[in-house]
Amino acid sequence: MKEFLQGNGGPMLDKVNRRYFLRSAGVAASAGALIMGCTLEDHNIGDQAVDLGTGDIGILNYAYALEQLEAAFYTQVMMTPYVGMSMEEKTILTDIMYHEVIHRQFFKAALGGAAIKGLTPNFAGIDFLKRDDVLKYAKIFEDTGVAAYNGAGNLITNPGYLLIAGKIVSVEARHASAIRDLISPNSALFAGDDVVDINGLDGALPPSAVLMAVAPFVKDKIDGSHLPS
Amino acid sequence: MNFFNILDVIEKIDADAYERVERESRRYFFNRVSSKVAALAGPAILASVVTKTYAQTSDAIDVLKFALTLEYLEDEYYKMGNMVADSLMVGDYAKYKPVFAQIGKHETQHVKYLEAALGAQPKPTFDFTVGGAYDPFHNFDNFVFLSHAFEDTGVRAYKGQADRLMAVADKPYLQVALQIHSVEARHASISRRILGAIRNKPAIKGWITNDEGSPAAVYQGEFSEATVVQGGVNIIGLDGLDGIPTGDTLFKAASEAFDEILTKKEATDIAMLFFKK
Repeated sequence: MKEFLQGNGGPMLDKVNRRYFLRSAGVAASAGALIMGCTLEDHNIGDQAVDLGTGDIGILNYAYALEQLEAAFYTQVMMTPYVGMSMEEKTILTDIMYHEVIHRQFFKAALGGAAIKGLTPNFAGIDFLKRDDVLKYAKIFEDTGVAAYNGAGNLITNPGYLLIAGKIVSVEARHASAIRDLISPNSALFAGDDVVDINGLDGALPPSAVLMAVAPFVKDKIDGSHLPS
Repeated sequence: MNFFNILDVIEKIDADAYERVERESRRYFFNRVSSKVAALAGPAILASVVTKTYAQTSDAIDVLKFALTLEYLEDEYYKMGNMVADSLMVGDYAKYKPVFAQIGKHETQHVKYLEAALGAQPKPTFDFTVGGAYDPFHNFDNFVFLSHAFEDTGVRAYKGQADRLMAVADKPYLQVALQIHSVEARHASISRRILGAIRNKPAIKGWITNDEGSPAAVYQGEFSEATVVQGGVNIIGLDGLDGIPTGDTLFKAASEAFDEILTKKEATDIAMLFFKK
């Protein structure tokens, strides 16, 4: 799988009829990863990858990696506030920064010696002085965080860890709702049809898809190939 | 769909479910439906496949029935609230209509989804005035007040049941429960923020600070929202909390950063306040 992702999978997949591909792949999660593997650039191939590890510890490290990213993002947002940040926006973004820093340090402490290293974010493409840019990426990070926790629930074996994930994901969803409402106030966007499906269900993505989605925002290469699936 | 392509729809159900889709409806799914239509129809088709083929544990059935009761309550509440004529509601009702229409839509979807899994269940008769104490369908403040209480109750109640869905046979339901849970949290966030806005109380934020909030039973209970020790880790004593002032600010942030559970009994007791006596 890993070799395939990093190899020349794109052109080959282009030739594969989707129906045939779905049937032959069998496992939906890897099917998604393969498709997306062809649409995103690979990053820092050749560097030492950060291995999230296996089992529940791997999933906790996966959460720790995402929280690191979010905490770094909001820390930067508040260090260089965008032009015209309202009082309400400042309160919301400061609160979210606090929550994400707490999540990050919580996972670091809980994992102890099993924790991955501190990751180096890559926010090169984000203009932190522009409101639209900050809210756009905040929305992406929050929605992705929600889908990540929702998709990881079934991969956790320890009920205590599942409970912790549940306690955090609803706070991420509260963030997502507030950020979306700042983008389009008093509209349906806080839980828009772009993110909640026709059964009223929020997003859920496997780690492979989430790691692909966040790869452009992290300088380190993250290896989730040993995570449960 | 929002993220990438139709495969994400399928990914919302686990790989085993996909195997059954292959067996039961692949031909329909891929031969007779264009991919665009399939993207829309996918979850519903998949849901019915999952329902028919999964063995559920008795725990899961119990959890889903409990969830459906809460969804019946929310669904009926918004159906009634959203049909009120603007002229009959005191307050900023019209301004926030798109929000509550979207919330109501989701609650109806949740009811349908759970009924598809369980079959229709006995639906309580509700009294949202609680014997005349509230007037939510004429007073917008009351309407938002009860809305935020229902949503926060929903978030905490679903969370409290997650560990009862960990059997292998129940895995699809765990994911669905989590997916509903986070939608309820999106609802709770905006409903709370609207309550803060119409009451001009900025302290009512999208997240729950300490165990503040009313009715108290929604925010307190055996596992109070004021909790700051998580999995044995004292949040207040953590290293590296860069940028967070210590003292009251840190306590508040620590309580906000994690939502807590309601037990099934606590959530049921709250819901029963709104059953017609």
